[in-house]
Amino acid sequence: MSTLAIDKAGPNRKIKYGSMSRDRVWALRWSYFFLTLFAVFSLTPPLYMLITSLKGSAEISAATNPWWVFHPTLSNYVELLGSNQYLRFFWNSAMVSVGVVVVTMLISVPAAFALARMKFWGSAVLATGIFLTYLIPDSLLFIPLFKMFAAIGDFTGIQLINRWYVLLFIYPTLTVPFCTWIMISYFASIPKEIDEAAIIDGASWFQTLTRIFIPVAMPGLIAATIFAFTVSWAQFLYPLVFTTSTDQLVLPVGIITTLIKGDVFNWGQIMTGALLGAAPPLVIYAFLMDYYIAGLTAGATKG
Amino acid sequence: MAEVNLRKIVKRYDDVEAVRGIDLDIADHEFVVLVGPSGCGKSTTLRMIAGLEDITDGDIMIGGDIVNDVPPKDRDIAMVFQNYALYPHMTVAENMSFGLRLKRYPKAEIKTRIDEAARMLDIVELIDRKPKQLSGGQRQRVAMGRAIVRNPKVFLFDEPLSNLDAKLRVQMRIEIKKVHQKVRTTTVYVTHDQVEAMTLADRVVVMNKGRIEQIGTPQELYHKPATRFVAGFIGSPAMNFLPCQLEENAGKMHIRLTERIAFPLPPDRAARYQNAKQGEKLLLGLRPEHITEAKGHAEPGIEAFDALLDVTEPMGMETLIYFALAGKQVCGRVNPNACAHDGEPLRLAVDLNNMHLLNEVTGAVI
Repeated sequence: MSTLAIDKAGPNRKIKYGSMSRDRVWALRWSYFFLTLFAVFSLTPPLYMLITSLKGSAEISAATNPWWVFHPTLSNYVELLGSNQYLRFFWNSAMVSVGVVVVTMLISVPAAFALARMKFWGSAVLATGIFLTYLIPDSLLFIPLFKMFAAIGDFTGIQLINRWYVLLFIYPTLTVPFCTWIMISYFASIPKEIDEAAIIDGASWFQTLTRIFIPVAMPGLIAATIFAFTVSWAQFLYPLVFTTSTDQLVLPVGIITTLIKGDVFNWGQIMTGALLGAAPPLVIYAFLMDYYIAGLTAGATKG
Repeated sequence: MAEVNLRKIVKRYDDVEAVRGIDLDIADHEFVVLVGPSGCGKSTTLRMIAGLEDITDGDIMIGGDIVNDVPPKDRDIAMVFQNYALYPHMTVAENMSFGLRLKRYPKAEIKTRIDEAARMLDIVELIDRKPKQLSGGQRQRVAMGRAIVRNPKVFLFDEPLSNLDAKLRVQMRIEIKKVHQKVRTTTVYVTHDQVEAMTLADRVVVMNKGRIEQIGTPQELYHKPATRFVAGFIGSPAMNFLPCQLEENAGKMHIRLTERIAFPLPPDRAARYQNAKQGEKLLLGLRPEHITEAKGHAEPGIEAFDALLDVTEPMGMETLIYFALAGKQVCGRVNPNACAHDGEPLRLAVDLNNMHLLNEVTGAVI
């Protein structure tokens, strides 16, 4: 029976040599179909923002086709980039984001190295504990944190609330756990013999970290940097709560508070501001995309 | 350069005792190989000498000084790892000079040492490459170069050839031997490959279950194994072990394998085993080269018998034969012209002048 079945199956089966199998062709077609769908879905809002940013206020409020610009103008860009306020928000955002990246890296990298390599009592629990703190949402933390910094101000006289640099203390509560976790996974993927070789060569723990681990784990470090930068740049809730004066605001909060006056929405400038605000992370992603993906996958497979 | 002494070294992980009180003296300039199956404690011992593992009990001395609590970098040792452990972001030259740069050696001195080591290892043209641009064999040379430039008291090798293919392994074995002949640094080398151990070592230390089974030159271990473990571990194909008993028949000592097969012992062997109890459960140990095709004439201590071959393996210069004897599969080595064929009978001869007799219970060689 079985012999017969095999004999029959043989000649009937069509095999196309030298080309892709039918299954693979269909898999590719479906992939492209869903990718196109996804691209359209995710690129429509920025496109709408771009279209709106090129319109004057009159055209935005007129009942014309919202997907077409009839009278293109750069007036929104000129006004926004000419306004000291917007540039101030931009500057504050840049200061905060770069500062947070620095603070995060200074904490995360040595912490991850210690947790990945120096096996000490409770290190495994601590590593998991650090990640768990990341799971606590910021909407739960902002009130206690606000009370804390208010209390610090009351007791020490050091006023941190309503200063842009208070965010340098607050954002790391979001960035440090995740970045530490990425770096732990990355460091753990470096063979143990490499640090043993370094130790035998005469390197101290600090030299092993700075001269071996950091250069070898550069993709992971870049992934962590991008993550910290993006989180800081896009953060909305904390700056909304902790900063109120116009000169202390960062970009996302600044746009909302200054360009919406009562029930008047200055849509053209809001869209322009948001579009320009999205540029720095976009530029960083474009340059470091390969490293970012390599960093995330290393974390994923090892974690 | 220095001698290395281990005094009752113990390593315990929680409940597991990985190394159980090892004593070992390694002389200056000596090349000692620790060999044994996985989990026998050989790598742990090496790592304790390196200072990468703490010792639970005992003393380790390098150059006469106790180094139990001395960190690895101050022990003046260099180690070559199985997976090379090269720094991936550094060039060959940077890899080799890393230790010297950390110790702030003058640049000219570093360059001289690297050039010298690179020439010795034939890697001069690779000096500016990164590890990922090198083959496995080249990487292992660089790892050795990194050890050599340090000019340490002791070289430690942790299965350095295990990741290489068979041909390259043979080649690198010769390279390692050449390097040792030139630099004469005291070397401790760990491997699970007994061929590597035999070919490289001045002395071989056979380890099993955290203990030393036997220490000796390769020839001593091969010809005079102390235990069944050593007898079975050293030599390829392995020694055959056949259950047997001694008996006296018409005033001559015989070794009886089965009811039908018994061989008379040659006089010197009979004298050696006269104290063994008759009827005691013993094992006859015979190396494959001592089971060959029968010659036409009789020789003292050579006994002929007929066997039905199960499998033959022509190797070129010899043919390995496998057949059943006393309920065990036995391996022999015959001349390729001896007409040995699968499933056919062949007249064979055992050389009892080179036999070993072991106690089946204790495993000790009598």
